[in-house]
Amino acid sequence: MNDSVLMLTVMAAIGLGTPIVFATVGEILAERSGILNLGVQGMMLFGAVMGFWATFQTGSLWLGVLLAVIAGAAISVIHAFNSVTLRVSQIVSGLALTIFGTGVAIFIGRAGSSPLVGRPSREIFEPIFPQSFADIPLVGPLIFGHDALVYLSWVIVAIASYYLFHTRPGLTVRAVGEDPASAEAAGINVSRVRYIHVMLGGALAGLGGAYFSLALVPSWQDNPIGSAGWIAIALVILASWRPWRALWVAYLFGAAGRVNFTFQTLEINIPSNLLAMLPFLLAIIAMLILASGKRARLLGSPEALGVPYYREER
Amino acid sequence: MARNKWRLLILLAVVAMLAAACSSSSDEETTTTAASGDTSATTEAPAGEPFKVAFVYVGPTEDKGWSWAHNEGSKYLEANMPGVVITRLESIPEGPDSQRVFEDLAADGNQLIFGTSFGYMDPMLAAAENYPDTVFMHATGYKNSANMSNYFGAAEEGRYLSGMAAGARTESNLIGYVAAFPIPEVLRGINAFTLGVREVNPDAEVQVVWTSTWFDPPKEGDAAQALLDNGADVIAMHQDSSAPGQAAEAAGAGWVGYNTDMSEFAPNSWLTAAIWDWGPYYLATAEAVKAGTWTNEPFYGHMSDGTVDLAPFGPSVSDDTKALIETRKQEIIDGTFQVLPDPIVNQDGVEQPLGDIFSMDYFVEGVIGNASG
Repeated sequence: MNDSVLMLTVMAAIGLGTPIVFATVGEILAERSGILNLGVQGMMLFGAVMGFWATFQTGSLWLGVLLAVIAGAAISVIHAFNSVTLRVSQIVSGLALTIFGTGVAIFIGRAGSSPLVGRPSREIFEPIFPQSFADIPLVGPLIFGHDALVYLSWVIVAIASYYLFHTRPGLTVRAVGEDPASAEAAGINVSRVRYIHVMLGGALAGLGGAYFSLALVPSWQDNPIGSAGWIAIALVILASWRPWRALWVAYLFGAAGRVNFTFQTLEINIPSNLLAMLPFLLAIIAMLILASGKRARLLGSPEALGVPYYREER
Repeated sequence: MARNKWRLLILLAVVAMLAAACSSSSDEETTTTAASGDTSATTEAPAGEPFKVAFVYVGPTEDKGWSWAHNEGSKYLEANMPGVVITRLESIPEGPDSQRVFEDLAADGNQLIFGTSFGYMDPMLAAAENYPDTVFMHATGYKNSANMSNYFGAAEEGRYLSGMAAGARTESNLIGYVAAFPIPEVLRGINAFTLGVREVNPDAEVQVVWTSTWFDPPKEGDAAQALLDNGADVIAMHQDSSAPGQAAEAAGAGWVGYNTDMSEFAPNSWLTAAIWDWGPYYLATAEAVKAGTWTNEPFYGHMSDGTVDLAPFGPSVSDDTKALIETRKQEIIDGTFQVLPDPIVNQDGVEQPLGDIFSMDYFVEGVIGNASG
């Protein structure tokens, strides 16, 4: 039962989806405060290389994770400064952050006389429960078959969801994202809220990046994350800015990636380049359905998303 | 309002400066074109002037894979040809837009340009037509013109030998093969590998999964995992990343790499790999172009001339298997053993003529998968 195609696909979906869960939840937090950050790919790569470096130097996975989180938050300040303080186009600033983060990550990876690039990770995140637990039918792999960061992602999703929808600071974030002028009138410091949530988004993107370089493809190569950052941005819309939905759509995306290969191993004869498109096709179709016409509002897109906020224009 | 006006002004200023920068650099380019057009009309670079060679890679040079191997070759050229100036462009996507890259390099005075990926073929051909005084060399393709030719090597010789190591290792008799695109080069490799597998283990089969990428570590790792999940206990690959090997290592399976010695990524899984040494060929080509003796004759390197070799064996390869492989290797070098026989038995078990191996479009017996992708 644990070897069934379905179970193996679900396990692959969780593995491939986990870094995207981190990044998507992070982007949800930023966008809920009204800031669109297209720099996710750059923040993830920066987190991935810094996390890899720290683990490579110290042999400690958790120091790697910590540095990845700090690195992601630190680089996201650039976007917060551009979009909150300077009020430049968030699209342009975000794209610039992706280009910058990608370049810096490659540069760090190649710097020095014995560069990081082309090296396997010194330590690797592995399932934390003994194999005997994972051998339990059905629940074994699903509950006990993961590495620590997968469990951490579940905790983060739960916390983010509770925070946004059941706490006063969460309400504040949503208020800032919907109507910053009214929020300001109610005594909320809009800039501070936005800075904090862009940085939380950066921290989670950095963590997602480290999941690639320390768990999924435990190595540093110029780009070990594929295009995960872009996918995370698309999935925010699919998840309609809700953390729990982000978990499911990220897993769905992971499963769609695996289905291509599963179909091939099962000798189901569909051209593989069509199957390779499947995840992206799925994302585009779902976004078209969800974002068309009046449904867009029902989705919960923050009203002030991407709009620079000027106090004096109240 | 005033603020917006300022912003607009600044934006205009930036655009104007960028435009100025671009136009001045393109002026520069046209002058160099004219200059190089004059000098290389005789194909021979005047003494004292640097001989400029450019390399264009599809992936990062640090991938420890295909592009890395070519870049090592460029370093060999740099070290052994006095006065050579090398330009390296990496991660250049395949497709029509790459023509601009090749033309820029030609305009920049490069007398010899190497493009090392299949998808550069038509863009290079178009660029070669526009820059008739520059020599264009395309790896893995099959088109040439007056100033363009192609080069490659018989990776299948190394693939066959690495298949023998895989066939000896497998216990489930299912070997997974993570492959990039269904083009002749890849199909040749899979077929030679499978023939090598079945020489030592006639019951084993090779299952192919297409990824549609050359370098995408998460995707290529996942493809390997899908094969392992399906019962494969050895993973082979035609990819530029090491991710399939890391998946094999985590599953305790065997791994046959490609391009370079990647054993560091999966020390226990590592069996061996077909590897490249492009340096001597690059040096010979550059010297021929400089001396004006270059012809557009395609080059196909072999194990016998050192272009193709076999990486060091991993710990799980037995001495018996090593001896068997070494014997075959010597026969290949001596030219007494053909890795792709003619006639050849195809996937359906039917004997057919080998045909032109550079347009191979079928699988041999023992391969599971679809040869058209």
